Amino acid sequence: MNELPQQLVNGLLLGSMYGLVAIGYTMVYGIVQLINFAHGEIFMTGAFGALTVYVYILPGGTSMWVALPLMLIGAIIVAVLVAVGAERFAYRPLRTAPRLAPLITAIGLSLALQQAVWAWYPEAKSARTFPQIPGGPFHIGNVTIQTGDIFLLAAAPISMAVLAYFVMKTRTGRGMQATAQDPDTAKLMGVNTDRIIVVAFALGAAFAAVGGVAYGLKYGQIDFRMGFILGLKAFTAAVLGGIGNIYGAMIGGIVLGIAETLATAYISDIPGMDKFGSQSWADVWAFVLLILVLLFRPQGLLGERVADRA
Amino acid sequence: MRQRSLIAITAALAAGALTLTACGSRGGDKGSDSGKGGTTVTIGVDAPLTGDLSALGLGIKNSADLAAKTANKKNYVKGVTFKIEARDDQAQPSSGQQNATALVADKNVLGVVGPLNSSVAESMQKVFDDAKLVEVSPANTGPALTQGPDWRTKKVRQFKSYFRTATTDAIQGPFAAQYLYNDAKKKKVFVIDDKKTYGAGLAGTFTDEFKKLGGKIVGTEHINPDAKDFSAIATEVKKSGADVVYYGGEYPQAGPLSKQIKAAGAKIPLVGGDGIYDPTFIKLAGADSTGDLATSVGAPVESLPSAKQFVADYKAAGYKDEYAAYGGYSYDSAWAIIEAVKKVVDDNGGKLPDDARAKVTAAMQNVSFDGVTGKVSFDEFGDATNKQLTVYAVKNGAWAAEKSGTYTG
Repeated sequence: MNELPQQLVNGLLLGSMYGLVAIGYTMVYGIVQLINFAHGEIFMTGAFGALTVYVYILPGGTSMWVALPLMLIGAIIVAVLVAVGAERFAYRPLRTAPRLAPLITAIGLSLALQQAVWAWYPEAKSARTFPQIPGGPFHIGNVTIQTGDIFLLAAAPISMAVLAYFVMKTRTGRGMQATAQDPDTAKLMGVNTDRIIVVAFALGAAFAAVGGVAYGLKYGQIDFRMGFILGLKAFTAAVLGGIGNIYGAMIGGIVLGIAETLATAYISDIPGMDKFGSQSWADVWAFVLLILVLLFRPQGLLGERVADRA
Repeated sequence: MRQRSLIAITAALAAGALTLTACGSRGGDKGSDSGKGGTTVTIGVDAPLTGDLSALGLGIKNSADLAAKTANKKNYVKGVTFKIEARDDQAQPSSGQQNATALVADKNVLGVVGPLNSSVAESMQKVFDDAKLVEVSPANTGPALTQGPDWRTKKVRQFKSYFRTATTDAIQGPFAAQYLYNDAKKKKVFVIDDKKTYGAGLAGTFTDEFKKLGGKIVGTEHINPDAKDFSAIATEVKKSGADVVYYGGEYPQAGPLSKQIKAAGAKIPLVGGDGIYDPTFIKLAGADSTGDLATSVGAPVESLPSAKQFVADYKAAGYKDEYAAYGGYSYDSAWAIIEAVKKVVDDNGGKLPDDARAKVTAAMQNVSFDGVTGKVSFDEFGDATNKQLTVYAVKNGAWAAEKSGTYTG
């Protein structure tokens, strides 16, 4: 039996989730050149927001088809509030400070958010189960797709399409592009850059929230540390795709996800490489790929030249 | 200018002095405690009280606490009041070592129950041994902890102060292999581990025995303990045509792993050691986990006549968390320390000697009593002499005992 299509789908799913989170890193970086290391935790708070809606707000036994849209809205509201609050109170006061100050702030915020959920969310000291979409898996030829993954398969492209429309066609979106190119000139042209920065944080958080819900549906559990590793991977995906480029974030995520999956599945089949195959080595191969890409394309897969900025 | 720096120095000195007083007053509190009931002996507990493994850790803490309370109520050691000092290691070796150092520094601590993880134990053993402070683990199953890194060929006692009430992986892995091959008639196994001391050790001993019996290893994988996505491995398992998966590791990964293997279309049981024998495993693995198996040390606490009292007392004490997989062993570990303290106090005319730690450690070697989990005593390596094991299966959303037995080798 040939399981390559299945492994590719596994990788695509994992990568789509990286991509959804990576968009937040890349948008914020594109506009304020800040690596928002707390973004993984915004993803986590989004997932907990969805759980809150399902467990504490909706009546017990609500059908998932009714609950899911409401959970999604809850996730987005929580994540956006956290992200906008972080921007307003943690990052804005430091906007003119040296670049390292907001970076350290971001790391501190990341720890603070993790510990806050750990300390105050009911029973969040160990993993909490996340509601599942009922129904068996779907089979397309050799490929099996779980019901929980359907959400991710649908949400990732829809989110990308909405984002592309927003950035290209709306006034605010064009304002974002202008601010990314040159904040000072954009300001002179009448763009309210403060507002644009808030919008960038909010949009990134909304996508992270969608990713958080997808994570819960896919793995059936969420915990306060779920954002840390995933955030690092998503940041890697953003760099791989070209940080600052929203399409690059999604492409980078998918490439990273597929690379990890294929490395887990196939490296050990290469003669003499069986020691380097297993999942614990997958991250190593993913980073080898990242280094190779950056060697030949320092700006990432879809990135623009940012030499004047870096 | 000069005056200012003077003020600064004074302030710093004052702050320093305050801190020191604060420490002092805390020690003083303990002193007043002991004034009431003679001497207070602290039993340290080190376990993961937060994080993924907290379900097991809190069970350990509560059960040790129950042992201390029981001893106090019975006035088991005359003139000695026991209390528990629990520390959280978050399953991290570095935290474990810090906790060990802190427990050693507290002169009232005469014994420590814990830790849960073999990898954490490795970082603590030497700290305790240097202080001659006895450590009794209810859950460490790594053979090297007592018998040295070359335990397969040449057994060497590692630390005179380290004991455990749990059986080792050297027994647990082969026991699972024998059950799967002889009783469950499984011939093709896919072995997965998490590369930690416990998981890799278990998978190694299982593999050796399963091969020896004539079974076939159709695949091996090592997972990353931080990962939640095992879909690539699940697909490999399906491809391999295995009729059973053996997993060396703990339930936070085993649950999702079992779920994803079944979701990938391989409807075969996942089998693990005591690290997956926890209700959380079933919660994480979902409905498809029915039929998954776990071996655990000892016989089921619920089924032992000796444990009836423990189960009833635990319930009566009103702890918020379950006693979980290691509750009975934790109670016995704490009780072993209490027995050793009793011996030392009795030999010294009813008072604690000055070198109580060394004496307690020496007394531990000969401790023998009927505990919650059966007869508790230690062999020349500090391992439990009780080598009973049980296979559990997931049935109707709960673990149910399948078969108990004693491993003979």
